[in-house]
Amino acid sequence: MSTIDLPMPLLGTSLVPPIAEGEKQTGKDFSSDQEVRWCPGCGDYAVLKAVQSFLPDLGLRRENIVFVSGIGCSSRFPYYLDTYGMHSIHGRAPSIATGIATAREDLNVWVVTGDGDALSIGGNHLIHALRRNVNMTILLFNNRIYGLTKGQYSPTSETGKVTKSTPVGSIDHPFNPVSLALGAEATFVARTIDSDRKHLTAVLAAAAAHRGTSFVEIYQNCPIFNDGAFDAIKDNETKDHAIIPLTHGEPITFGVRSDETGLGDKALVRAASGGVEVVETASVAAEAILVHDAHNPDPSTAFAISRLTDAGYLNRSPIGIFRQVDRPTYDDQARAQVATATEAVAGKGTPEERLAQLIGAGDTWTID
Amino acid sequence: MSQTKQVKQLDRVIIRFAGDSGDGMQLTGDRFTQESAVFGNDLVTLPNFPAEIRAPQGTIPGVSSFQIHFADHDILTAGDRPDVLVAMNPAALKANLGDLPKGATIIVDTHDFTKRNLDKAGYTSNPLDKLGPDYEAVDDSVNELAGFQVQPVDLTGITVEAVKEFGLSRKDAARAKNMFALGLLSWMYGRPTEPTIAFLEKKFAKVADILGANVAAFKAGWNYGETTETFVVQYEIKPAKMQPGTYRNITGNLALSYGLVAAGVRSDLPVFLGSYPITPASDILHELSKHKGFGVTTLQAEDEIAGIGAAIGAAFAGQLAITTTSGPGIALKSEAIGLAVMTELPLVIVNVQRGGPSTGLPTKTEQADLLQAMYGRNGEAPVPIVAPQSPGDCFAAAVEAARIAITYRTPVFLLSDGYLANGSEPWAIPSVEDLPRIEANFATEANHDKGDGAKEFWPYLRDEDTLARPWAIPGTAGLEHRIGGLEKGEGHGNISYDPANHDRMVRIRAEKVQRIADSLPPLEIDDPSGEAKVLVIGWGSTYGPIGAACRRVRRAGYNVAQVHLRHLNPFPKDLGEILKRYDKVLVPEMNLGQLSRLLRAEYLVDAVGYNHVYGLPLKAAELAEAVGALVGEAEGRDVDLGEHGINAPADHEEVPQ
Repeated sequence: MSTIDLPMPLLGTSLVPPIAEGEKQTGKDFSSDQEVRWCPGCGDYAVLKAVQSFLPDLGLRRENIVFVSGIGCSSRFPYYLDTYGMHSIHGRAPSIATGIATAREDLNVWVVTGDGDALSIGGNHLIHALRRNVNMTILLFNNRIYGLTKGQYSPTSETGKVTKSTPVGSIDHPFNPVSLALGAEATFVARTIDSDRKHLTAVLAAAAAHRGTSFVEIYQNCPIFNDGAFDAIKDNETKDHAIIPLTHGEPITFGVRSDETGLGDKALVRAASGGVEVVETASVAAEAILVHDAHNPDPSTAFAISRLTDAGYLNRSPIGIFRQVDRPTYDDQARAQVATATEAVAGKGTPEERLAQLIGAGDTWTID
Repeated sequence: MSQTKQVKQLDRVIIRFAGDSGDGMQLTGDRFTQESAVFGNDLVTLPNFPAEIRAPQGTIPGVSSFQIHFADHDILTAGDRPDVLVAMNPAALKANLGDLPKGATIIVDTHDFTKRNLDKAGYTSNPLDKLGPDYEAVDDSVNELAGFQVQPVDLTGITVEAVKEFGLSRKDAARAKNMFALGLLSWMYGRPTEPTIAFLEKKFAKVADILGANVAAFKAGWNYGETTETFVVQYEIKPAKMQPGTYRNITGNLALSYGLVAAGVRSDLPVFLGSYPITPASDILHELSKHKGFGVTTLQAEDEIAGIGAAIGAAFAGQLAITTTSGPGIALKSEAIGLAVMTELPLVIVNVQRGGPSTGLPTKTEQADLLQAMYGRNGEAPVPIVAPQSPGDCFAAAVEAARIAITYRTPVFLLSDGYLANGSEPWAIPSVEDLPRIEANFATEANHDKGDGAKEFWPYLRDEDTLARPWAIPGTAGLEHRIGGLEKGEGHGNISYDPANHDRMVRIRAEKVQRIADSLPPLEIDDPSGEAKVLVIGWGSTYGPIGAACRRVRRAGYNVAQVHLRHLNPFPKDLGEILKRYDKVLVPEMNLGQLSRLLRAEYLVDAVGYNHVYGLPLKAAELAEAVGALVGEAEGRDVDLGEHGINAPADHEEVPQ
C-alpha cells in the first residue's frame, strides 16, 4: 500500500508546534483556576503535580495539548490542567482521543483513566486503541479499587478482597494491566509509581516521545478505600525487595545490591517452562542473568516479566518500561491515505467543481 | 422488430423480479431500473431481501425480490400490486403470488420447478402441471394460477445453450440466467440495452468469458422475446413529463452519503465518520470511505460506542463529525449522544431505521425509532430531528442536518429508513451553488470581560439569537478550556452543582433546540381545492404512499390535504395553526403511533393513527380507503373510492386532472 511508504515522523510530538524560542513555561502555566477536589492524601495529587511539572519539558504550545478522561476519581484530571480537555463518559476516553488524534496531527493527546474506567467498562476501547497504535499517551491510575462509587472491588482487586459489594470476598480473578496491554500488542508499555516523582517523570517523558499509543500504568494509593495497597513497594524497608526495576540494556536484578557489582541479590533468568523466574544472583553465571530488551519485537519476554507481578497483595512487581517498539500509527496512516487522495485530485477543480462532478456522474439524462 | 408483434401503450407498469438470494435478482432489478431511468420514465423501486447472505437455497425465507414501478407520469410509490412477476423458482412463485392482482403476468423459469425445489417451497404438486394446452389455466377451483397469464420459459436451459461457446461450467453458465430474464423483460418494455451492455463490460472487464456469457445471455433474452411466438405483445411506456433538469437514478444511502460530502464542501470542514457496520446503514460507511479526496476520514470502530466516541473527538477537534447506524446502534450510542448534548458539539447521527425491537428485522423498513430519537436518553436531552421523505431527498436532508448541527452546536438525528436506504428514484441533480453555505465560525478570541480590563474565554457564553455556544478548537491560543458530561455553570462552563444553575441550563438547552424553528421555512400544504376537512400528515418515507393515497381520494372526487414533516424536533412554527384548520387529522406511520403521540401532546389535537408494521412501505390503495373513510366521517356522507381504492384497477398514482 502506497500510504505506508510515506516517511513517518519519529517522535510522538514531532508534528506538534513548539513554543517560541526563548519562551519559558513553568508548571504554573499548566495549572487551571479550578480547585482540586480529591481526598486528602490521594495519590492523584502527586501524579498531577508530576504532570504539571513535566509538561513544560515538552516545549509544546499549551493550546496544542489535549487531555481526555473518562469517569472516576482520576478522570477529574483534565479540569486541573490549563490545556484543552474533555471529561467524557465512563470507559470511552480512548475512543474520543482516537477521534481527536486522527483528526489533528498537530495535537499532543493524553488519556487519563483508572482501573475501573479502562479495564472494566472501557476494556474494549483500551485494547483497540493499543492495537491500532494511535499516537497518544494513556495514563492508567491503578488503585485496585472503585473510589468514586465508594469502595467496590475493581478488575485489578485481588481475589478474596472484602469490599462493600463483596462482603465474603471477591471471587473475580484480576487483570494484570501490563500483561493485558502486551497481549493487545501495545508498542509502549510501562509501569511506574505515584510517589516516585523521578521515575514517574522519566516514564512520562519516554511515553510522550514515543510515536504510537503509550500505555503507562501508575500504581496509585487510595487512602480512603484501599489504603496501603502498595506499601510493600513504597516502604523504604521493603521496596528494594518488592520492585524489580527494568532498565533497557541492563541485567534485571533486585534485592540487596552488591557494592562491588551493583547487582541485586535476586536476578531474573529464563525458566525451563519458557517463562522467566527469580533466582539467587549468586547461584547463576553472570551471562545467565536476563538483560532487559524493551526494543525486542517479540513481546514474549516482556509478557513473561509482567507475570512476576503479584496478583494478590502486591509484595513484588516489575517497574519500568517493559516494551518500546516502532510500528506505524493508525492516525498517521489514516491521514496519509487522505493526503494521497487529496493530492491525486489537486488541480482537478475546486471542491465545489469536484462535488458537481461526483453527484452528476453515472447514467444521467436531461429534460429541457 | 418482427412484423407480427403488436405494440400496446401503457401508462405504468409494476414488475417484481423474484428468485433465490443467490440468483442475482437485486442486480437484475437494478439494471432494469437504470435502463428505465435512462429511457426517461418516472420510477420508484423497492428491493426486498432476507437478512441471511445465503438463506437455505430454494426455500421461501431465501427469496429475494426487487420491485420497480415505472410510468409515463409522476409517481410516488413502488406500487402495491405487481402487474408482472418474474419467478426464478417455486419458492419465489409461492412467496409472491398473494401480492398479484388477477390478470397479472407471471414468467417462471420451468427449469427450477423440480421435485426437490417444489418440496422446499412446500408445493405438494407442480402448479405448472395444472396449466392446460398452450398454458391456459384451467379449473379455477383447484388451480392457484387460474386467472393469471402464466408464461413458462426454460430460462436456465436456454441460457446454458446460449452461452455454450464460452466454455463455462454448467453452474457458471446457469448463473447468467438473470441476464436472460433481464433481456426478455427489456424487450417486452422497449428498454434501451446500451446501459446494461456498458455496465457488464465494466463489471466483468477482467474476465472475458464471464463477460461474454452475460452479454450473450442478455441478448438471447431480448431475441427470445422478439422471435418466439410465446410473447406476442410488446409494451410502450412513454417517458414521463418531468421538471426540466439533469437526472440520475439514486438510492437513499447513496444520496445521503453525497449529502454528507456536500455538507463538508459547503462548510469547508473535513468530514469525519466514526461508524460500526450494521444493516441497512453500512453502505454509507462504504461510500464515504471512497471520498478521501474530499478530505473525508472514515474510522470503522470496534463498536457502536467507539464510533460515536471518535466522532465526538473529531467534533471537538473541529471537523464535521458523523456517526451512522441503525436502531440497535442508537441504543448503544445513547450515553454518548447525551455527552454531545451536554458538551454542545456539532454531530450528525444517522439512523437508517429497520424493524425492531432488538435485532428485529434487519433488512426490512420501519419508522419506530422516532420516540427513541426524541426521548431515548437520560435526563432532559433534546436533540433536533430531520427526516428525508424519498431516496433522492436524503441528499438535501443530510445537508440540512449538518447545517443545524454546525449552526447550533448540537447533535442532530437524521432519520432515514430501510426503504429509503435501498429504494431508488430519479433525482434531479442539484446545482452545488444552490446548496446552503454552512459557516463553522470557530471562536478565535476571548469573549468575556474579567472586570479588570482583561478578557478571558467562556465556552458557554452564547450567541443571543441561536443560543449556540462558541466552538473553540484545540490549537487556538488563549481559548484553552475543559468540557465534559458534568453540568456546566452558565457562561463560564465550569462544573456547577448549583440547583438554580441546573434548572437554567436545562431550560437553555431546550430553548436552543426550539430556536432552530426560527430558521425553518413555512410548511407546504398540499390542499388543491382549499376545501379539505381532513389533513393527512406524515414524516419520512411514508411521503410516497401518503401522496399516492391522497391523489386516489382526489381522483375519486373528494377533498383531502397533505402535509409532510421534514423537521420532527423542533416542529415548524406554523404546524399548530395548520392542524387547527382541519376537522380531522390522520397520521399514517410504520409504527404504532409515534408522531401522532407527539402531535397530541404538543398541540392537543385528536390525531387519528393509521399504523402498519409489516416491514414494508404502506400500501397506497389501503391507505386511500382509510383516508376516504375519515373524509366521509368529517363530511357526514358516504365515501366510495370505486376504482381508486382497493378495487381494480389499482395503483394509479397520477395527479388528478
